[in-house]
Amino acid sequence: MIPDGLKYSKSHEWVKLDGGVATVGITDHAQDTLGDITFVELPKVGAGLTKEGEAGVIESVKAASDLLSPVTGEVVSVNGTIEMAPEKINSDPYGGGWLYTVKIADMSEVDGLMDAASYGKYLETC
Amino acid sequence: MKIIFEKSIKNRRGVTLPKNDVPVNAAIPEKYARKSPPELCEISELDAVRHFTALSRKNYGVDTNFYPLGSCTMKYNPKICEKIAGMGGFAGIHPVFGRLIMNNGASWTHGAMTVLHNLEDLLCRITGMDAFTLQPMAGAHGEFTGMAVIAAYHRKKGNRKTVVLIPDEAHGTNPSSAAAAGYKVRTVPTDPKTGILEIEALKAAMDENVAAVMMTNPNTLGLFNPRIKEIADIAHSYDALLYYDGANLNAIMGKFRPGDGGFDVVHLNLHKTFGTPHGGGGPGAGPVGVKSILEPFLPVPRLAAKSSAGKTGAHFEFSDDYPDSIGPVAPFYGNFSVCLKAYVYILMMGGKGLTEVSEQAVLSANYIMHSLKDYYDVPFLKTCMHECVLTAKRQAERGVGAADIAKGLIDRGIHPPTVYFPLVVKEALMIEPTETESKETLDEFIAAMIDIAKCAETDPESLKRAPVTTPLGRLNEAKAAKDMDVAFL
Amino acid sequence: MSYVSITPEQRQEMLRVCGVSAIGELFADVPASLAPPADEFWETGGLSELEVLAECERLTSKNHTAAMTSFLGGGFYDHYIPAAIDAITSRSEFYTSYTPYQPELSQGTLQAIYEYQSQICRLTGMEISNASLYDGGTAIFEACNMAAAHTSRRKIVVDKGVNPIYRKMLRAHSAGLDIEIVEIPVLGGGSLDRGGFAGAVDDSAAAVVLQNPNFFGIVDDHSDIVDKCKEKGVMTIQSVYPVALALIKTPAEQGFDIAVGEGQSLGIPLSFGGPYLGFIGTKKTLVRRMPGRIAARAEDVNGKPGFVLSLQAREQHIRREKATSNICTNSALCALRAHIYLSLIGKEGLTEVASLCHNKAIYARERIGSVPGVKVSKQPIFNEFLVELPMGALECVRALAGVGGGFAAGIPAGLFGGDCFGAGVNTDNMLIVAVTEKRTKEEIDSFVDNLAQVIKL
Repeated sequence: MIPDGLKYSKSHEWVKLDGGVATVGITDHAQDTLGDITFVELPKVGAGLTKEGEAGVIESVKAASDLLSPVTGEVVSVNGTIEMAPEKINSDPYGGGWLYTVKIADMSEVDGLMDAASYGKYLETC
Repeated sequence: MKIIFEKSIKNRRGVTLPKNDVPVNAAIPEKYARKSPPELCEISELDAVRHFTALSRKNYGVDTNFYPLGSCTMKYNPKICEKIAGMGGFAGIHPVFGRLIMNNGASWTHGAMTVLHNLEDLLCRITGMDAFTLQPMAGAHGEFTGMAVIAAYHRKKGNRKTVVLIPDEAHGTNPSSAAAAGYKVRTVPTDPKTGILEIEALKAAMDENVAAVMMTNPNTLGLFNPRIKEIADIAHSYDALLYYDGANLNAIMGKFRPGDGGFDVVHLNLHKTFGTPHGGGGPGAGPVGVKSILEPFLPVPRLAAKSSAGKTGAHFEFSDDYPDSIGPVAPFYGNFSVCLKAYVYILMMGGKGLTEVSEQAVLSANYIMHSLKDYYDVPFLKTCMHECVLTAKRQAERGVGAADIAKGLIDRGIHPPTVYFPLVVKEALMIEPTETESKETLDEFIAAMIDIAKCAETDPESLKRAPVTTPLGRLNEAKAAKDMDVAFL
Repeated sequence: MSYVSITPEQRQEMLRVCGVSAIGELFADVPASLAPPADEFWETGGLSELEVLAECERLTSKNHTAAMTSFLGGGFYDHYIPAAIDAITSRSEFYTSYTPYQPELSQGTLQAIYEYQSQICRLTGMEISNASLYDGGTAIFEACNMAAAHTSRRKIVVDKGVNPIYRKMLRAHSAGLDIEIVEIPVLGGGSLDRGGFAGAVDDSAAAVVLQNPNFFGIVDDHSDIVDKCKEKGVMTIQSVYPVALALIKTPAEQGFDIAVGEGQSLGIPLSFGGPYLGFIGTKKTLVRRMPGRIAARAEDVNGKPGFVLSLQAREQHIRREKATSNICTNSALCALRAHIYLSLIGKEGLTEVASLCHNKAIYARERIGSVPGVKVSKQPIFNEFLVELPMGALECVRALAGVGGGFAAGIPAGLFGGDCFGAGVNTDNMLIVAVTEKRTKEEIDSFVDNLAQVIKL
């Protein structure tokens, strides 16, 4: 499941643009690979993120990985409800399982991300 | 089964103590006193014995079942080792006695020190190293100690090196221990065709920042790297040291010594190779051996043998007089009773016996691999060492993953192999039979694995439901992580 | 004896299945040039059980400590070990099993770990505990590491009343981690220098480390220090003696964030230095910083209650270089011993053990203090105290070892604690004496009489 209209990073984050602010989450492929997600540590509101830098941590029963930021910018808001109910990321990765929003510093970084079709192709190589 | 605290009955006692025989009845001053005594359970000795005996019956151990857990070397633990470690003349010694000298200049603990000295010497012979410390208290602690020794060596030389190279198949402790010693980890890919670290990949990853290359040989895929000497030469040409993770030593005793292959530091897991029990997760011991250039950096105190004039035999002394030492990593001399068991084990074997151990461990692993290669995919189908790695790729296409195969083995009375490790093999099944298992046991295991492979074709659902013969079925780990009930309060 | 049971005929059959004719072919990847030297060691066979037993009995006869009446402590104590502990832990379903990765086959170990964690929480007052660490020294290091990660600060302030061995271990373990350790000397009598210590605590500190009772046996209440640390966002770590916790304020009662300690006194033999047991307890909010294994309650697919290893994503086998610690093998069997000890000795029993230790130590201190020329500390203690002799402590220990059945008089402070004090304090004549419930009045009296004799000489 790879919705159109979103942008995708190689580390399996999705980005939804709304003007200069992006909503970020992890893809269906990422949640499926991780398995039952038990914990997520989100960045603090106001924190500065850099492209491909660490934005937080996501843990499942058998794996843990860093959340990498797909773009550079400042965190605007975080999805507090998933800290209490991280399983939402499994059940609704593109909806209720969103992670945080970020004010994009450099829009040209977005151009470097994949669209749904190229992310689909990219997955075949993973 | 009830938690032990649920069995507690007020005023029941398990142990009685002598009466107070001194004419003092003092209390801790109120400012320093605990408000109310800790809520420990109140049970009888029989209650306790029943409780723990019942718990023990819910466990698999080497003594109850075949336990081919890869990388863990679950061999038989000889009972004589336990008996000797329990002798009062060893178990009762307060460690400070080791630092006191008798009036005649002799040691209070000559016997125990002899054990440590002889074991250091034997481990040097087995590994080809020049000196050993027995202080590290587990394998990962040995890795940390080895890395700290390497760091001290580079500091002394004025080298500013920040990186440790580690192949991607390595045990998780390797990168973790390198980080614990302050290093950044650079991962080197294993060659997908040969399953080992190839010279070109190493060269591509090497630079002046590399302090050490950390390797297991044979590696976690069970494969021996024949070009180890070249690897050592390349590392040394950058003034990087070569570290040997001894978790897999059971494969090569009497056949290859890390010291001869160019390794500068080695840690051993006495609870793997040298037959001391794993204890449900420890204690173990992780002695570290080094080449003479690194000896000054080993942890203090070190055991020094001194021969004094007019006396027969050496006497021993613990010495702190090593200014370049990284300092102590254990409170005293390491996990002495584990070292003692390993010493007894080595005496029982002799060099010949140790060679036979490795030969049989390797033969048994190859026997399993060849017996199963038609039923499971083998990512690297060539001679393996003490363990073989299969993959459940074929079975996974029918929805049966490595975990399902593991659970299927449980229903067939066998402890599963290590699964999903090494990470470089998808759906990995890492099987280490060890030398102490009989051919009949190996054949039973092979039959069970073949049965499971067939089941994956005909009735995959039954494997996904497994285990059904144990008191509990599969446990919900996600819920446990969320609920986080980790103490009964 | 290699414990290999494969017969020569079976070996031939196995070789045939592997497609080789001799075992040597399986080692073809090992270059011949790297073969071990053909020396005597590799050509020597093993001994029989009888021979090994005789050799080890010969070696134990070279240890001269068994008959000694011991007053040695220093964090490692000669407490009574109830017989049932050895009986239970010698069940090989416990000791020949591995880390409980397969919960369906390990419910015994897992429930025991969960119960052990509960015991540590009840003893220390903390909310959570892990499955064990190697020893009390590495437990302090792990706690400091947790604090540094949690606060993103690099300075640790350590009271020199913390066991000197552990302070050295902390330095050795943190050497590569860009951690600054500031140590504050104790006052002349061995107690905490409150002013000096508080002065070193500022908002650049990740944590403070204190010990109770401290290395000189002195019991304290660190609540005031903890309050000051909280103001500065500094985490607080206390190293404790578990038997003493039956009587003295818990780390939780004093407000500490992390409690650590050495569990040897809970039914684990002294064994010349190990294996021992490191324990660590903390608050629930810090659970993801915790090193090592943690067992948790779980349910199986049918809703039946059981246990699993939980929060494994913190650990090295998953997190690799980003793990909270590199620990893998820990002290599981020692933790089991401690759990059995606490279960058997029970609520009243532990209080009795602690009271016996305390009363006998107070008695011994009074008696020793009455020996002419000897000064004893008057500080509040649990079961260990500082003695100032009119002679060298090492010399005194040597002399007492040779009288009567032999006394191990205590630990000469200069041997381990020489660096605990500020400048100008000479530790040569200082002795640290520990008394457990195993010492009788008769032994204490005889010890004091002989001490008086030795001093007179």
